[in-house]
Amino acid sequence: MTILSGPTGADDIIVRGARVLDPVEGIDASLDVRIDRGVITQLGTSLDTNEHHVVDAEGLVLAPAFVDPHVHLRTPGREDEETIASGTAAAAAGGYCAILAIPNTEPPVDDPALLRGLRARAEAEAHVPVGFMAALTKAQAGSELAELGALADAGAAAFSDDGRPVTAAGVMRRALQYNAIIGRPIAVHCEEPTLTRGGHAHAGDVAGELGIDGWPALGESVMVGRDVELADETGQPIHLMHLSARESVEHLRRGRAAGVAVTAEVTPHHLCLTDDAIRTLDPNFKMNPPLRSDDHRTALIDALRDGTIAAVATDHAPHATAEKEVPFESAPFGVIGLETAFGALNTYLVEPGVLRLETVLERMSAGPAAVFGLERPRIAVGTRANLVLLDLRASWRVHAAKLRSRSTNSWLLDQRLTGRVRMTIAAGRVAHES
Amino acid sequence: MTDLRLVGGQLLPPATRERRHLLSVSDLTRDDVERILAAARSFADSQERETKKLPTLRGRVVLNVFYESSTRTSSSFELAAKRLSADTVTLRASGSSVEKGESLKDTALTLSAYDPDVIVLRHPEAGAAELVARLTNARVVNAGDGKHQHPTQALLDLYTLRNTFGRLDGLQVAIVGDVAHSRVARSLVQALNLVGSQAILVGPPALLPPGIGPTSHDIQAIADVDVIYVLRMQRERILEGANFVPSLGEYSRRYGITAARVRPGQFVMHPGPINRGVELDGDVADSEASLVLEQVRAGLVVRMAILYDLLTAGPVAVEATVETA
Repeated sequence: MTILSGPTGADDIIVRGARVLDPVEGIDASLDVRIDRGVITQLGTSLDTNEHHVVDAEGLVLAPAFVDPHVHLRTPGREDEETIASGTAAAAAGGYCAILAIPNTEPPVDDPALLRGLRARAEAEAHVPVGFMAALTKAQAGSELAELGALADAGAAAFSDDGRPVTAAGVMRRALQYNAIIGRPIAVHCEEPTLTRGGHAHAGDVAGELGIDGWPALGESVMVGRDVELADETGQPIHLMHLSARESVEHLRRGRAAGVAVTAEVTPHHLCLTDDAIRTLDPNFKMNPPLRSDDHRTALIDALRDGTIAAVATDHAPHATAEKEVPFESAPFGVIGLETAFGALNTYLVEPGVLRLETVLERMSAGPAAVFGLERPRIAVGTRANLVLLDLRASWRVHAAKLRSRSTNSWLLDQRLTGRVRMTIAAGRVAHES
Repeated sequence: MTDLRLVGGQLLPPATRERRHLLSVSDLTRDDVERILAAARSFADSQERETKKLPTLRGRVVLNVFYESSTRTSSSFELAAKRLSADTVTLRASGSSVEKGESLKDTALTLSAYDPDVIVLRHPEAGAAELVARLTNARVVNAGDGKHQHPTQALLDLYTLRNTFGRLDGLQVAIVGDVAHSRVARSLVQALNLVGSQAILVGPPALLPPGIGPTSHDIQAIADVDVIYVLRMQRERILEGANFVPSLGEYSRRYGITAARVRPGQFVMHPGPINRGVELDGDVADSEASLVLEQVRAGLVVRMAILYDLLTAGPVAVEATVETA
C-alpha cells in the first residue's frame, strides 16, 4: 500500500531546452526530457516529439518537484478555509508533487475510519498526491496514545499532535517506545506551554516595545532538548517541526553529532522574516512559533545550508478572512505558504546570494522525502515523473484573488516575488501549467 | 475667540493636510507636540471664563467607543468634545452589540455609517486603533489599545511637566512598577525622548520587558530623578499564576512609593486609578509633591486640543475657520 493518495497519470510530454538541475543526481545541463506514459524515458538533445505534448522550456529550470511535509488541509471541519481539492491545487501551483496533511482537524484524525475516508476523498479530489498524518495521542489531548498500529494499517503517513505540544515527557517516551514496532515517522511541535502561555510574538525588543506578551525562544528549545534526549534514550527517530530558535538548532546539532536519529524542518517565513515584520501589527505576520530576531533567523539559514535542518516545510495554515481581520492578539496563528514558498526563498535568499539554488531545491524535495520515507523525486530514466519547471527571472505579484487556496492569509499579499512555477508534473501527470 | 489666535505665528502647521489620526506617539513630531500643547494652553485660559463652552467644533460628531472601563479618559473626552460644541456619543462594550459578539470590524463599519468626524477608541488589544483607522473615514484617536499605546495620556503628562517645570527638555523621569502591562509607560518613554528628556524604568525583572528603555531593578534608581512616575499594578491584565511577583505586599515593600522614598523637590505622577498602599502611599498621593490632580485637569484641555488639532488644519488656519462667538 502506498502511503500517498491522489491522482497519478500517464502523460506523454517532452520538456525541451530547459536547464535540467537535480543536485542529488548530479545533473546540471541543458537537456530535453522525454516522458512516456508518466515515466521519464530519455534525457538527451533533439529528442523526437512524436505525438507528445511539447513544452518549450528555453531559459527555464527543470528540477525534481517539491515535497511539503507540513500542510494544514483543514479537512474535515473547516472546509470553508481549505479543502483537499483547494489545498492540493495550491500545492500544484507551488511546484509540489506530494504533501503531507496535518491531523489537527475537527475532529482530529485519531480514528482509522476517518483516515480511510480522507484517503478515499483524496483519491477522488486531490490535484497532487497527499499523505495523511494521524494523531499521536487520542484527540491530540496529549495523555493517551492513539491506536498507532490501527492508524498505520489504515495508511497513516506519520504521527503528529502538531498544533499542540506533547507536554508530558512520559507520554512522548511511551509513543517513541511503542513506535519501535510501528515504524512510522513521529513529528513533534516543540512548545513548553508554561513558558509560552499568553504569548503572541517573540519575547524580544519588538514585542516589548509593542506591548505584546512574549513567546520566548526557550519555549521551543527546552522541548527540543527534551525530545532529542528521548529519541536518544529510546533509540527511535523523531522529527522536529517548524524550528524557529537558535538554541533549538544547537540542541539538534549536538544530537545529530552524537548519532541521535533526529531531523528537522524550517518554514520559508522563519527563513525570510524577523520579528521586525510585526511592527505593523498585521495578523498575517502572526505565526506559531513566532517570527524571531535576526540571530535566530541566521542560525536557521546556516542549519539549512549545512543540512542540519533537512527540509523546508511551509506549515501552510489557512484561516478565514474574518478570523484574521481582528487585532493582532485575537488573531489565530498561521499563514498560508504553498503557492509562494519557492518564490519567497528565491527572492529573499537565493537572489541575494545567501543560499544556493541547488540547496533550496534539495531541501524542498529530496530532503523532506528522505525524512518521511517517501519516494525521492528525481530526474532519472525509469522513474515516474515528479518535476517542476521554474522561471527564475519571472517577477510576479501575489494577488489574493489569484490564490488557489481558499484562504488568503499570506504574509506576501501584494508583494512582488522573483521566481515562478511554470509547470508541475506530479506522479506522471501535469498538475499545474501557467 | 481671540484667545485661539494665541497659538498662531511661530508654530508650524502639521506636515500633511491629509486625514490624520493619533494612534501612537510615534505618529507625532516635536512640532506636533508643541502645537497641541499650545492649543491646550489656550483652551485652559478659555476654561477660566464664565462661559466655558466654545463653538469651535459645532456640527462635528465625536464618537467615544470604549471596550474597556475608563473613568478619566472617557469622561474627559466626552467633556472635551462638549466644551467644543461637538455632538458626542459614548458607546461602551457592555450594553452594546459588542456583547452580542459583533466584531470590531463590524462595529467600526456600523459607526462609520453615521459619518463621525472623530472616533475615540479604547480597546483591550494592541493595534485595534490602527485596524479601525483602516476601516473608517473618520479621524481615529487611540485612547489606549491593550498594552501598546496611550498617546493622549503621554501628551497630557507632557503638558503637566511643562506647567510644573517650565520646560520639557533635560528632565529625568523614573517610571516605576508594572511596565510590562502598561501602555502609558510605552507612550510616555517615546514622548519624553521626543522632547529631549530621559526615562528610566524601575521595577522587578519580569515586569520590565526589553525594547522600551533603560531599566533598573533597584528602587534606589529613583533617588536622583526629577519625577517619579508611578504605574498601577494592573491586576486585571495579569494572568492568574503568572508569578510576576510573589504578592502585592511584597511588591509594595520593595517598590511602593512612600514618603520615605521621595526626596524633597521631587514630584510624583500617576496615570490613575491609584491602588493606594500598593504602588503609591496615600500620604504621598495627597502631598504637595503629587501632580495627580494636575494630570486630570490637563486631560480635559489636552483632549480638547487633540480634537481641535485633528479637525482643523492647525493653528495657521484658525482665523479662517473659527466662528465668532
